[in-house]
Amino acid sequence: MLRRIIILSLLLFAAAANHSPARAEQSDQMADLLQGLTAKSFKAKIAAVETLAASGDSRVVAPLTALLEGRLHRRKADGAIVIVQRQDGRKIFLDALTGTPLGEAKPRASRKIRVNNRLRGVLHGALGALTLFSPDPAQRLTAAQAMFKSAGADSLSPLAKAYLQETDGDVRQVLARTLAAARLRHGGDEEKLAAAKMLADYPDREVRDLLANTALQAQDKLLAAVTVASKSIEQRLAFFDVLQNLFQGISLSSVLLLAAIGLAITFGVMGVINMAHGEMVMLGAYTTHVVQVLVQEYFPGAFTHSLLLAIPSAFLIAGLFGVFLERSVIRFLYGRPLETLLATWGLSLMLQQFVRSIFGPTNKEVIAPSWMSGSIEITGGLVLTHNRIWIIVFAALVFLLLTLLIRYTDFGLRMRAVTQNRTMANSVGIRSNWIDAMTFGLGSGVAGLAGVALSQIDNVSPNLGQSYIIDSFLVVVFGGVGNLWGTMVGALSLGLANKFLEPYAGAVLGKILILVLVILFIQKRPRGLFALKGRAAEA
Amino acid sequence: MQLKTSTWLFAVLLAAVTIIVPILNLAVPETSPLHFPTYGLSLFGKYLSFALLALSVDLIWGFCGILSLGHGAFFALGGYAMGMHLMRQIGDRGVYGNAELPDFMVFLDWQELPWYWYGFDSFAFAMAMVMLAPGVLAFVFGWFAFRSRVSGVYLSIITQAMTFALMLAFFRNDMGFGGNNGLTDFKELLGFDLRSQSTRVALFMASGTALLAGFVLCRMIVASKLGKILVGIRDAESRTRFLGYRVEHYKLFVFTLSAVMAGIAGALYVPQVGIINPGEFAPANSIEIVVWVALGGRGTLIGAIMGAVLVNLTKSYLTAAFPEIWLFALGGLFVGVTLFLPKGIAGSFGLARLIGARGQP
Repeated sequence: MLRRIIILSLLLFAAAANHSPARAEQSDQMADLLQGLTAKSFKAKIAAVETLAASGDSRVVAPLTALLEGRLHRRKADGAIVIVQRQDGRKIFLDALTGTPLGEAKPRASRKIRVNNRLRGVLHGALGALTLFSPDPAQRLTAAQAMFKSAGADSLSPLAKAYLQETDGDVRQVLARTLAAARLRHGGDEEKLAAAKMLADYPDREVRDLLANTALQAQDKLLAAVTVASKSIEQRLAFFDVLQNLFQGISLSSVLLLAAIGLAITFGVMGVINMAHGEMVMLGAYTTHVVQVLVQEYFPGAFTHSLLLAIPSAFLIAGLFGVFLERSVIRFLYGRPLETLLATWGLSLMLQQFVRSIFGPTNKEVIAPSWMSGSIEITGGLVLTHNRIWIIVFAALVFLLLTLLIRYTDFGLRMRAVTQNRTMANSVGIRSNWIDAMTFGLGSGVAGLAGVALSQIDNVSPNLGQSYIIDSFLVVVFGGVGNLWGTMVGALSLGLANKFLEPYAGAVLGKILILVLVILFIQKRPRGLFALKGRAAEA
Repeated sequence: MQLKTSTWLFAVLLAAVTIIVPILNLAVPETSPLHFPTYGLSLFGKYLSFALLALSVDLIWGFCGILSLGHGAFFALGGYAMGMHLMRQIGDRGVYGNAELPDFMVFLDWQELPWYWYGFDSFAFAMAMVMLAPGVLAFVFGWFAFRSRVSGVYLSIITQAMTFALMLAFFRNDMGFGGNNGLTDFKELLGFDLRSQSTRVALFMASGTALLAGFVLCRMIVASKLGKILVGIRDAESRTRFLGYRVEHYKLFVFTLSAVMAGIAGALYVPQVGIINPGEFAPANSIEIVVWVALGGRGTLIGAIMGAVLVNLTKSYLTAAFPEIWLFALGGLFVGVTLFLPKGIAGSFGLARLIGARGQP
């Protein structure tokens, strides 16, 4: 309600300041005003520019721009103000107001109207105010935004007028904010008070800084109003900060979840910590790169959809590689988890060098498709990028599919049986060897999927997996094995904790703190948050 | 207590190397084919410090079943303690000529020495820190971990997280340990120029002596009653606990001792290579140590020493001659050893009985 009254009062101010005369009468008046630019002294010229600008007439934009660029001339023959323009290699005169061609410009037929630096400054401000009346809403928006900082006392009335005329909702919002800022700087006492109250509705950093600056000079009532406004803005900004942290935390969590979930599966079922897991992620990212190159080569039209093709390819390639590793190395090491850890580490070194030898040590580029670039700006300072949103969605989908797979399919049932009690599963006829290979393939395939997602936000290099492996371990260890929800909770806690610690402790120290916290947590719950219970857990 | 003949043989062999190699370097003229070059001396000194490090890992992994993937951290801590002493020895001969502050602090515009650098002017204090810094860390870490019965892969992963956290911390300039570049440009130790031949010989002999002492100490521990309990913990932890032994105390003791040994190895390593930086904390380094032990044969002590020297000789050769191949070779070593040589070199080929290795896990 209050806000409406304020807007209404602003409108009244604006209406009082601008009474629009009839059009024909105005044209002559304009030409007269333009003549004022030919005055001898710069002071008079500035006055003329200010009068022209105050008219709010969009026709004066052309002559003022020309004046700024040094193309505004006075024709010697009749003293008319003209714009010199180069056309097809010749110079021609244009009527300053209407833009109609007035014939060829002979070299000495006109005299340039000179400008100095002060005049240029005035011109910049005036033009900013005038583009407020441009027919293109985008230009009006830019002008309104640009004038937030630069608006002077003389742009108060054009701003108010523009605000009255504005029909586009977005531009109107921005104009109201700029107008309030201008009034806070240059308006009367009442206006200042009203503006301070109104600005409280625009919680962003620019407004906060403006209010803080104003508070330095303000007194009494105004100071109180400004303080109230900036307090409310501070609160909302803090709230947005929390939201932003939340979003980034969830985004980091989704990445961690993708990277760790495959690890959790293999660890849960086979008790094997797969050190080469990070390299499966890397393989997925490189598959994305290769698919993209191939699509670009053979089906350039489908380029934006290459990522969709990369998802199954990465799953298959990393998955097959996982099955191959399991059959060739890991199955010989069952029951010796520490040795498996070493062997898979060796495999990871070889895979890294393998990829380095083929693709070279430099980063490979994966171009984000158009539907994944860009961002949504909710309000001042709260920006959600599309690729992060997609990755969160993707991680959620992968998680959901895996949960369904484990819960409802025959393979999932067998997998759970082997996790809980391998010997018993064997005795009821489950081929645990086969389950092991498939599980390892599944875990690796999911790692490949993580690689597709990571290729969008990280460098695709041979070391890609290494940077995520320790975090993934911590997620698995924190969440406990044999339970996908544990991994989910682990990823969420670590991701959020990381992002919320960052502003206080800095990125590196925050990470160290997390590591220390997890190490301490392990003391309390040596088998993670969701530990397997019963005899199986003792193995 | 009775030590086996093979132990004596190996100890004598080590002592012989420690004495004969310097003689070959100092007394034999350079033209003679028997002459041992000075650069080789530092290289072998480095291998000996690695061997001591491998020995410390073998003590806990081979005999107590604790697979630490963070032993590089203790090694690096010892190295940093030594490096800090060497930094103080530079005095005003640094690039900035500041007698009070090391170069990197002048560069960062620090005004005074942080409190944790106090005392490192004294050699005795620095040597105490070489053992205390890793020892205290291992004690605190182990106290928490073993008391709550964190074991197996979980322990391995949190040790890895520990060294990773330390690496991140030491990479920070604010820590006051030289950040990314670490500590380097050392001039002298106890007044002896680090680049001179005689200092290098002395460092080589110190490394050999430390390794010999470490070997004999470990051998004495594993041959004692304590050693038998350790093996019991390795093979059947619950059963040992049910028999009334405080498993966590035994584990904590060897873990701390092993960390101190690793710290000493680090302190010997730094003056011979002339630099210590946070890269030493990298988790990959710590895992590499484990493969030295695995190749040589875990639970044999002699094997750990052989493994460390052998792998590092190969590494020096391959990284210079075929840099592309090195990671393939190292990775292959990990896989090959675990698949085909689970007992390592010392445990296979009928060597086990010869060197008196205990029952393999």
